[in-house]
Amino acid sequence: MSQQTSLTYAKVNEDVIRMLDKPTVKWLALFVPTLGVVGFGLFCFLYQVYTGLGAAGYRHPIFWGVYITDFVFWVGIAHSGTLISAVLYLFRANFRMSIYRIAEGMTVFAVLTAGLFPIIHLGRPWFFYWLFPYPNQRELWVNFKSPLLWDVFAVSTYLTVSSVFFFVGMIPDIAAIRDRVTEKPRKILYSILSLGWKGSNWEWLHYTRAYLFFAAFATPLVLSVHSVVSWDFAMANLPGWHTTIFAPYFVAGAIFSGLGMVITLTVPIRKIFSLEQYITLDNYDGMAKLIIVTSLIVGYAYGVEFFMAWYSSNPAEWGQFYYRATGEYALFYWIMIFCNVVSPLPLWFKSVRRNIKALFIISIFINIGMWFERFNIIVISLSRGFDPASWGIYKVSWVEIGITLGSFAWFFMFFLIFIKTLPAVSIAEMKEILPVPKKEAKGHE
Amino acid sequence: MNNQGVLGIFSYVDLTVNAVKKLKEEGFKTIRVFSPVPNHEIEDVMGEPESIVRFFTLFGAMLGASCGVGFTVLTSMDWPLPVSAKPIVSIPPFIVIIFELTILMGALSTLLGLLINSRLRRNAPVDMYDPRFSEDKFGIMVACDKGNVEKVQGILNSHGAEEIKVDGI
Repeated sequence: MSQQTSLTYAKVNEDVIRMLDKPTVKWLALFVPTLGVVGFGLFCFLYQVYTGLGAAGYRHPIFWGVYITDFVFWVGIAHSGTLISAVLYLFRANFRMSIYRIAEGMTVFAVLTAGLFPIIHLGRPWFFYWLFPYPNQRELWVNFKSPLLWDVFAVSTYLTVSSVFFFVGMIPDIAAIRDRVTEKPRKILYSILSLGWKGSNWEWLHYTRAYLFFAAFATPLVLSVHSVVSWDFAMANLPGWHTTIFAPYFVAGAIFSGLGMVITLTVPIRKIFSLEQYITLDNYDGMAKLIIVTSLIVGYAYGVEFFMAWYSSNPAEWGQFYYRATGEYALFYWIMIFCNVVSPLPLWFKSVRRNIKALFIISIFINIGMWFERFNIIVISLSRGFDPASWGIYKVSWVEIGITLGSFAWFFMFFLIFIKTLPAVSIAEMKEILPVPKKEAKGHE
Repeated sequence: MNNQGVLGIFSYVDLTVNAVKKLKEEGFKTIRVFSPVPNHEIEDVMGEPESIVRFFTLFGAMLGASCGVGFTVLTSMDWPLPVSAKPIVSIPPFIVIIFELTILMGALSTLLGLLINSRLRRNAPVDMYDPRFSEDKFGIMVACDKGNVEKVQGILNSHGAEEIKVDGI
């Protein structure tokens, strides 16, 4: 970490808290249009509630379309946040220090976005609470054997635990902001959020221990959540869905797409707030290597799906995969292959991994490719089931496009508010990788 | 009566650690060390017993698992939904729910354990703090009786404290 030696404890505080200064015109220029797009998404949703789900382009036999694609996409985006904050914490990978807060924020906001889609997808969204088990006058309970209910438990647990993890990680940093701001309203806000943190040895003793447990809980949780999401499909007896490789395939894809999104978000933030000393090329190098690994797993899964369909001699299964690569949706299939398997290949070269522009472009491709992966799995499988009499084509409607755009804006809206109100780089953890200030042998650990 | 607080502010970890050692030798019991980052040397010299947050975690996780089992099994039996000859209480699908509830309640009780044990609200008989502790300074707060204030000040001074504050009731 040679680039970080010029940093001192005080400089870290100053640089991170400087990001929270009054919003600039540039920030507002981003924020206001974002709100506009969120408004358009809301309008589309209200139109759909008023008109009915036909507005969403749902036609026989396809009743899971863009909304479920968006749901799986956003849950996937959420995954790398927990990977970077919890799994790499347990492995003591120092390259996570500078980016984990942004990644964690991304997790929370992506789950918040994902959670909307099952509700948007409901015909009567105002009855969404029927999904939760609660005593009611009909004395009915939810069906715990349904994968859709597992999803309710998995996603709501994930939202709760990742929010707690996000918040607890920020407590010492919020205290640092509290000690520095002077305006009364901000002082009161940060004082409440810091929960009276003082950084005494008592607090650190329990804090470091509790943080370890949170990481230890979040690690299996993150693997379980996308496995459960994959079982929404794998438990159904449909060609293209009913396969045992779905859980690891989805988890690897989730981490892959999430890392893409982390790069897409951190590159502009690093530039705008001059965080080159914090988010270093080594950090990007580490993420790019993880992208290679997950891209290979995803690429292998694409191949194995075809192999299993062919080797099983199951005509419905083989017909499904043959159709994916050559049928009406073939363009989407090959976009997916290009974006997820071919476009990350240049990352094998060190010079590409350390080239911010190249990384940014590849990360955009990954985001696009992973959205299409979910679309392909969901829509193409549904459009060609067992019985040729029930085959059909699905066309995306403007309402769905509006709501999808709205969901991206909704996600960026939270993110923009986050970088102006909370510390986007962890102050305390950045200090942990700096040399400890000592009188004797200064500058060495 | 330990109703006087003496707070010494330091710039370096090694000086802080030496001062704590000396204070402990002199028999002062109520010592708090403030630091901007967790530090193993400070942890070692303070010699506090291991955090009991782990018991909250364990208890919460076990409670979550029991709730998961109870919830799924009892509600399935309360309103049976027979599907051909399949069992009403079918363990494999319930494992997912049990797993999620174990993690949910384990994490929430860890949070509770953290809030209770780190005494985020109040952590000594006398409360002293300096905003620089969240930036780059280390601090030692000693709670002592009136007669010992000067002695503590002397120790902190001789170990390189840059600033000393005294507060009391």
